[in-house]
Amino acid sequence: MEFFRMKRDIPFMSWGKYTTTVSLITFLLAVFFLYSKGLNFSVDFTGGTVMEVHTAGQADLTGMRLSLKQLGLHDANVQNFGSSHDVLIRLPLRHGVSSGALSEKVRQALRQQDASLQVRRVEFVGPQVGDELVKDGSAALLFVSLGIVIYLSLRFKWRPAVATLMANLHDVVIILGFFAFFQWEFSLSVLAAVLAILGYSVNESVVVFDRVRENFRKMRGASVSQVIDNAITRTMSRTIITHGCTQLMVTSMLFFGGEALHYFALALTIGILFGIYSSVLVASPIAMALGMTRADFLVSDRKTNTLPDTP
Amino acid sequence: MNRFPLWKNLLIFCVIALGALYTLPNFFGQSPAVQISSLGTTPPVGPEVQNQVEQALKVAQLAETRASLDGVGLRVRFADTDTQLKARDIIDHVLNPEGQPQHYVVALNLVPNSPSWLSEIGALPMYLGLDLSGGVHFLLQVDQQAALTKRLEGDGAEVRSELQDKQIYYDGLSRDGERLVLHFHDGASLSSAQQVLESIHHDMNLKAEGGDLVLSLKPETRAAIQDQAVKQNILALRNRVNELGAKEPIIQQQGADRIIVQLPGVQDTAKAKDIIGRTASLEIHLVDEDHPNPISVTQMPPPGDFLVLDRQGIPVFVRKAVVLSGDVITDAGAGFDSQSNRPTVNISMDAKGARIIRQVSRDNLKKRMAILLLEKSKTEAISVATIQDELGARFQITGLQSSKEANDLALLLRAGALAAPMDFLEERTVGPSLGAENIARGFHSTWIGFAAIAVFMVVYYALFGTISVVALAVNVLLLVGLLSLLQATLTLPGMAAIALTVGMAIDANVLINERIREELRNGNSPGAAIHAGYDRAFGTILDSNVTTGIAGLALFAFGSGPVKGFAVVLVLGILTSMFSSVLVSRALINLIYGRRRKIDHLSIGM
Repeated sequence: MEFFRMKRDIPFMSWGKYTTTVSLITFLLAVFFLYSKGLNFSVDFTGGTVMEVHTAGQADLTGMRLSLKQLGLHDANVQNFGSSHDVLIRLPLRHGVSSGALSEKVRQALRQQDASLQVRRVEFVGPQVGDELVKDGSAALLFVSLGIVIYLSLRFKWRPAVATLMANLHDVVIILGFFAFFQWEFSLSVLAAVLAILGYSVNESVVVFDRVRENFRKMRGASVSQVIDNAITRTMSRTIITHGCTQLMVTSMLFFGGEALHYFALALTIGILFGIYSSVLVASPIAMALGMTRADFLVSDRKTNTLPDTP
Repeated sequence: MNRFPLWKNLLIFCVIALGALYTLPNFFGQSPAVQISSLGTTPPVGPEVQNQVEQALKVAQLAETRASLDGVGLRVRFADTDTQLKARDIIDHVLNPEGQPQHYVVALNLVPNSPSWLSEIGALPMYLGLDLSGGVHFLLQVDQQAALTKRLEGDGAEVRSELQDKQIYYDGLSRDGERLVLHFHDGASLSSAQQVLESIHHDMNLKAEGGDLVLSLKPETRAAIQDQAVKQNILALRNRVNELGAKEPIIQQQGADRIIVQLPGVQDTAKAKDIIGRTASLEIHLVDEDHPNPISVTQMPPPGDFLVLDRQGIPVFVRKAVVLSGDVITDAGAGFDSQSNRPTVNISMDAKGARIIRQVSRDNLKKRMAILLLEKSKTEAISVATIQDELGARFQITGLQSSKEANDLALLLRAGALAAPMDFLEERTVGPSLGAENIARGFHSTWIGFAAIAVFMVVYYALFGTISVVALAVNVLLLVGLLSLLQATLTLPGMAAIALTVGMAIDANVLINERIREELRNGNSPGAAIHAGYDRAFGTILDSNVTTGIAGLALFAFGSGPVKGFAVVLVLGILTSMFSSVLVSRALINLIYGRRRKIDHLSIGM
């Protein structure tokens, strides 16, 4: 079976104007939502207490809220979690009350109301930890970005390297934009997903630029955009199949992985979809806009002569 | 051209066999068990104890599935948690009869079911993280300021007695933050004091400021004290956790002043929290007999004293100088006083402690001594008693309300005091049912995803696709085997990383298969196409893994807890996937096509 038997190259670069506009608009929208709505950080980052409780029957959320109010916890957030039997209770940080005492108080109050209630999970995160996570998360993002630029600069010259990084950071911002717009919970595992995606979708651009290099050598006399069009068209099959397979797995996690993996898988899904789009239709136009020419590849070509060709 | 030398095939076979062997223990699961280990000076659990336990279980008609003795103690497995809970109570009752000092720790636990021959070669199931096994996780911060203050108070007491010995007179001694200030009224005493103290306190800076002599800790001493505080707290926590009977706890330092405690599989989370969370330490102080007893709790203590309440709520002034602190205790056991029949804690201490207590008690006969229990922001005198006689290396604490209290206190004292109080920065408790559910979900989603990819690959690439799927399966096998071998901690994000690795590892085979198709389209012979396909795709495969590897390393370096688990699996997955997608699939292709003299057609779906 074969899905992709292109006879002619698809003129991707002639769409550059549109794709760049689309990217720019999505990017700006993402930045806007990040700015106006902000991320809905999980307790990992904000600090506070989260309790997951399970009831034998339908959970009575209103009753739970009332009992928490009677304890003086007016700012408690009570929500269903996965099913109607599972409830997630979020309690903001409270000064002077130990977490153990607080969760115990809540447990007792809720059990009075429903004796079948079971506490499945309690998480307490102090305020210092959250600040550090934000710091460490940014450091990790910076480290990955730098690592990728250095690696790509070794493989190619700076134009393709910068174009790739810009395309992939654009993906990251868009994932974050989705999380801001829908106010999905941004937890540590979502951060892990975002960084994994950053590393993963860079491959895509590497494959395309590898092919571009090969084409510059083979297609004498062709224009830069013709060379890129041919490279993208010929690597498209691999791109779609690889990402499709990864997405099969991620979809399975999204549907069968339960609540704990839900947002992780969601971040990966957005990342994979935009990853395909951006490495094909964003990285190359940016590289062209930066003034990428044959010389960008031919110089590094000598250095990397020993590296085998790519499909 | 498409044949591997024998050694290469053998190597691949051996690696897969090893992978399978080390993956094996994960399939046996865990069963609920009761773990019995000995306490303090009690001899290790031996066959007699095992007989005793088995007898007791037989009498109670509780069926055990297997009992095993090892370095830690005796582990008795049961079919279900109900039996386990009942058995725990019975065993506890038999080994630790009411009213006698506790000799054994009887704890609930989960132990792997894998046969012993596997354990002997080091093949153990993967170590399950908290979110999969259930259990408790704490992140604690050591209050190093308190450690410094404590040290300075101790130094202050020493300075007092040294100056007293040398008969150097001073007006007063006070602590001002991290400095000790000695006030003198004449320069001569100051300089002689400086001389005396300089020769003893090498770890302090001495400086004359006006009429005062200021002692401050040298920076290296300061650092050493802080470091020591964390180390001692870790030791104390380790001892406490051992007393809980937790299996393979994780207690490690994080950063300069933090400690992580993880007790996976601990089912009795309330008790664990209680014992870990107790920041109790013991100190012996002398009661100030020069001043009358305070009348109310608000009364200002005289200089050099502080006010504590005893068990009855009666305030007493005790001297700030610490006679002894909990670190000299070598053993502590709960018991009963034969005369009053009230619970006691019997304490033994080391030679240094014994020497000090002997001297202090001799010098202070008929005066009162207070044993203080220090918990975070609360200090209580658990006993205030008149010294009747010279005290030795062993003594008894009375004044406890119940035998449970005596047991808990003995445990805390035995386990070691904390050098400094700790704050809870993070606390996570996961119930066992949630852990089991997470495993099931992670497992399901991985298999469903795997199956979907497998179906697609077989349909799309025919025989080559089938071989890619086999390589992918080998990848999972090797990854799980490697994780088991390294005894890495598997968390839910780690399971997600296994799934993601599978999803990403297929990339290598897609690259290879696409390349082979292209070589065929370009008119190469099937044999040459295979050869060129594998050779040329390798560079790209390496490339794609490097960038993912960079992300994995960053996550490992900056991530914490579950994210680190994700990173470990991601990075290891890159290694195993390179091996399986390139070498294993090539070996299989070679076995199929390499032996034929002439290949007409490759079954690659085109």
